[in-house]
Amino acid sequence: MADRIAVSGLTKAFGPKHVLEGVDLRVAPGESLVIIGGSGSGKSVLLKIILGLIKPDAGSILLDGQELVGLKGRAQEAARARFGMLFQGGALFDSLPVWRNITFALTKGKLGEGKAMHALAVRVLAQVGLEARVADLKPAELSGGMQKRVALARAIAAKPEILFFDEPTTGLDPIRADTINALIREQVTALGATAITITHDMASARKIADRVAMLQDGKIIWEGPVSALDSSGNPYVDQFVHGRAEGPVATAITG
Amino acid sequence: MPAVDTLLKPLIALGAFALGMLAVVGRLAIFAVQAIRRAATPPWYPARLLEQMALIGWFSLPVVGLTALFTGAALAQQIYVGGQRFSAESTVPAVTVIAIVRELGPVLAGLMVAGRVSSAMAAELATMRVTEQLDAMVTLRTDPWRYLIAPRIIASSMMLPFLVLVANVIGVLGGYALATGRLGFNAAAYLSTTRRYLETEDIVSSLVKAAVFGFVLALAGCYHGFRSSGGAAGVGRATTDAVVSAFVLILLFNLIITILVFN
Ligand SMILES: Nc1ncnc2c1ncn2[C@@H]1O[C@H](COP(=O)(O)OP(=O)(O)OP(=O)(O)O)[C@@H](O)[C@H]1O
Ligand SMILES: [Mg+2]
Repeated sequence: MADRIAVSGLTKAFGPKHVLEGVDLRVAPGESLVIIGGSGSGKSVLLKIILGLIKPDAGSILLDGQELVGLKGRAQEAARARFGMLFQGGALFDSLPVWRNITFALTKGKLGEGKAMHALAVRVLAQVGLEARVADLKPAELSGGMQKRVALARAIAAKPEILFFDEPTTGLDPIRADTINALIREQVTALGATAITITHDMASARKIADRVAMLQDGKIIWEGPVSALDSSGNPYVDQFVHGRAEGPVATAITG
Repeated sequence: MPAVDTLLKPLIALGAFALGMLAVVGRLAIFAVQAIRRAATPPWYPARLLEQMALIGWFSLPVVGLTALFTGAALAQQIYVGGQRFSAESTVPAVTVIAIVRELGPVLAGLMVAGRVSSAMAAELATMRVTEQLDAMVTLRTDPWRYLIAPRIIASSMMLPFLVLVANVIGVLGGYALATGRLGFNAAAYLSTTRRYLETEDIVSSLVKAAVFGFVLALAGCYHGFRSSGGAAGVGRATTDAVVSAFVLILLFNLIITILVFN
């Protein structure tokens, strides 16, 4: 099948700091890809570039064969409307109550349809394991883990075809994290969404992923089916999967 | 050669400063054009506009009113004392109303509102930038230019004329209160002189200034907030820069409009 997203030769530097140095990555429709990689390796930057929030220095991003790099105006808006994103920091609108946050993409920030939207927000909150009363709170009144789950609810509420999750389970207890893993898996398996998830949590990666890719030194240094994770034969991946301090990754960071 | 160096260094610094200012003016102008283009095309957000109008118009009333009252009274006192030297004390009502409506009303209201509003806009937008709320909004099918910036700029341009009108009335009344209460002016005569010297042109230029000040003070707030970076320190910098830019722009445009209208 044709790729939903095909990234090739993507580079990005911030001043003298080269973050991405030729990233090639493909995601098929209905596939769940997990990206792993050291802190600061450029995972979040990669997702933001695909969404058009950061301009790449070079490279190409095809969405169903359509070039996204350099896309502007209505065409860019139309392409973006197909994506939903959970930001690493949540990025909830702190001036709006939780339910307005969750339904923001559906109402495009407009008021009106209050009752229906509130009810919808309560339903999505239940999916991420939060009670109905949370809907009427402001984001500042929530714990960190609750904020993360509200942000997740906001990302999936409009049922976008392509979902990006930047560390969805960070800061959650293991039981809640497993609810989220199941929910992300359901988006892909039951609703047919295409997903890219960034995570440091290997248990989560195993539950969510069809395929895993590792970003290191600005490049995808390994990718393969999740079943190959333990037999990758790649020392970087091995070290990451087993969480060892010694190995090539540590050398790369300190050296 | 050290002598040449000491001569050149300040010149070079001055040149760099001038270039920097020019660059800021250019970027602000581009920002303004983009903001106007976005504000002129749908989708519009009436609820956001009303919210900003209340925030800017209603909640600025106390500070604008107080400033105008005290300044109007002080002005009348000064004109009286100054006028005594050429036995021109009777010019108090005429000079007060002209000074307030043409200059002090719009400028003082503009500066006071800029202190309140430009800083608040910059802080809010900069915080949203730092916490990725602006990025998130884009991914939620909403254009931050239209949702956040357009309502602020439109509301500010609309509410400043209203505030300046209030400032003008209260400023004149401040002068009136002091002149009749302390300086022994006849109340009816003071008001009729005020009315006689006040021309339509004065009021129109006052309101034009107000609209322009409203536009630039919101522009400065949005510009510095929107393009801020660098965490909490960046938010602080954006806030300060916004107020300084707004003040400079208001005083600059005041001079330009005054020269154009009253030459
Ligand atoms: N807007 C920016 N300006 C300058 N540098 C940036 C910017 N955004 C990211 N960086 C740099 O790019 C590098 C990659 O950042 P990124 O957020 O993608 O890391 P990450 O892989 O997501 O890490 P983590 O797992 O800790 O979230 C970092 O070194 C960061 O300092
Ligand atoms: Mg990250």
